[in-house]
Amino acid sequence: MIKLQNIKKSFGDRTVLYDISAEFLPGKCNLIIGSSGSGKTVLMKLLVGLFTPDSGQILYHGDDMVQMSREERKELRQQIGMLFQGSALFDSMTVEQNVMFPLDMFTKDSYATKLKRVNEVLDRVNLKDTNKKYPAEISGGMKKRVGIARAIVLNPQYLFCDEPNSGLDPQTSMVIDKLIKDLTVEFNTTTIINTHDMNSVMEIGDNILYMYQGYKQWTGTKEDIIFSTDEKLNSFIFASEFLQDAKNMRMLEMTGKYPGQTPPTNS
Amino acid sequence: MPLFEHLGSYIITMKGMFARPENEKMYWKEFMHQCVEIGVGSLPIVLIISMFLGMVMTVQTAYQLVTNLIPLSTIAVVVRDSMLLELSPTVICVVLAGVVGSKIASELGNMRISEQIDALEIMGINTKTYLILPKVLASLIVVPMLITLSIVISLWGGRFVGEAAGIINSTIFDEGLLRDFNPFNVTVAMVKAVTFALLISSISAYFGYNVKGGALEIGRSSTLAVVVSCILILLADYVITLILLNP
Repeated sequence: MIKLQNIKKSFGDRTVLYDISAEFLPGKCNLIIGSSGSGKTVLMKLLVGLFTPDSGQILYHGDDMVQMSREERKELRQQIGMLFQGSALFDSMTVEQNVMFPLDMFTKDSYATKLKRVNEVLDRVNLKDTNKKYPAEISGGMKKRVGIARAIVLNPQYLFCDEPNSGLDPQTSMVIDKLIKDLTVEFNTTTIINTHDMNSVMEIGDNILYMYQGYKQWTGTKEDIIFSTDEKLNSFIFASEFLQDAKNMRMLEMTGKYPGQTPPTNS
Repeated sequence: MPLFEHLGSYIITMKGMFARPENEKMYWKEFMHQCVEIGVGSLPIVLIISMFLGMVMTVQTAYQLVTNLIPLSTIAVVVRDSMLLELSPTVICVVLAGVVGSKIASELGNMRISEQIDALEIMGINTKTYLILPKVLASLIVVPMLITLSIVISLWGGRFVGEAAGIINSTIFDEGLLRDFNPFNVTVAMVKAVTFALLISSISAYFGYNVKGGALEIGRSSTLAVVVSCILILLADYVITLILLNP
């Protein structure tokens, strides 16, 4: 479990995070959502240690990451896997070399053992016959899956995904979402996903943190969102008329009542 | 960014390189990879430039020797000492600043922009040690080798053109190469080569590693790396010459 306590972060005179406290649970897809500039990317970078907070604590199983020594932090980072928005695959390496890289760096296993593990994870993310291809030769969705394979190859306890669906078509997005969800449950990882994608929110949002202009505005589950009366959240999530209708239909489905408006007719 | 901020940031980046490697084998592999990239990658341009430098130096020196009182072998002496003390180390390193420096800066800049450096950091790898140190060490080993090769090729080029153009006989040229040879000049050339190698690799790595922004900034930092490296090479050239060759 990861716990944030009263996190504050500023860049020069500009404060981007105000007093954020939150809990991210193991075996769940924990989503951080919010519009551009709301501070969710900064929060994600604080969580993985790329930034340091001005004040507050980031507790990994009770140990404050901010107070950790360099060596302790290094050890913790080996428990972290991250999928980047642009996949961040190493251009000069093949798919196989990319996935094998963490094993090469942190294990003393034989090449055969490492290759077996690489093939296992590539198989797990449904990638076959791509071992010898370079990142430039595969599609965006495949790159994301290679990124996931590289992130999970060391069996991390914590999985971070920065906008895993950006630049992907809806169908591929669903495949990636399902894969992340399955891996989270299968390995009981604490998965934290930074996303704009409303489909992801409604499909895999076990624990959602909504950020608004650097503040924690709302927390809850995907079911709670349907009934939320928070205006800022509603205008962010259900921004279009279509999504508003979808919300109302979902509410009708869950409660048998259609809120406020006249139910849609077939005319 | 003001000069002193750059200087401070450069020192911090360089200091950050010195940490215990996570896996010596992987670092060795990266070091060897960089040796090949820098050495083999720059070999053709170094050979071509060196040969022409030697050829032009021979013809120009012969042109300037207007009296018969000076023996012809003096052409070889002038070509030898010019190539050894100045032209090979300085001109070739200025060229290497363009070839190797821009490559290092753009490679690291691209890794920064595409979050590959962040990916390495999150894995728990010291990125300054893994990405910068092998490049600097490889440069320190390979650049003096390239300069040595450049000196040999330029002298060969001078000897060849002297014979081909009927300026100086090869035997006389060879005599001149050995006449009044001071081995200390080789030391000066190697001191210059090592210093310039350090400047090229570390400055380019600094500008590439600290890129912020997008593709445009990668280009800018790459250009800046080459310009700053060239200026500092010339400055260091003057300082080394002043210290080592001041009569």
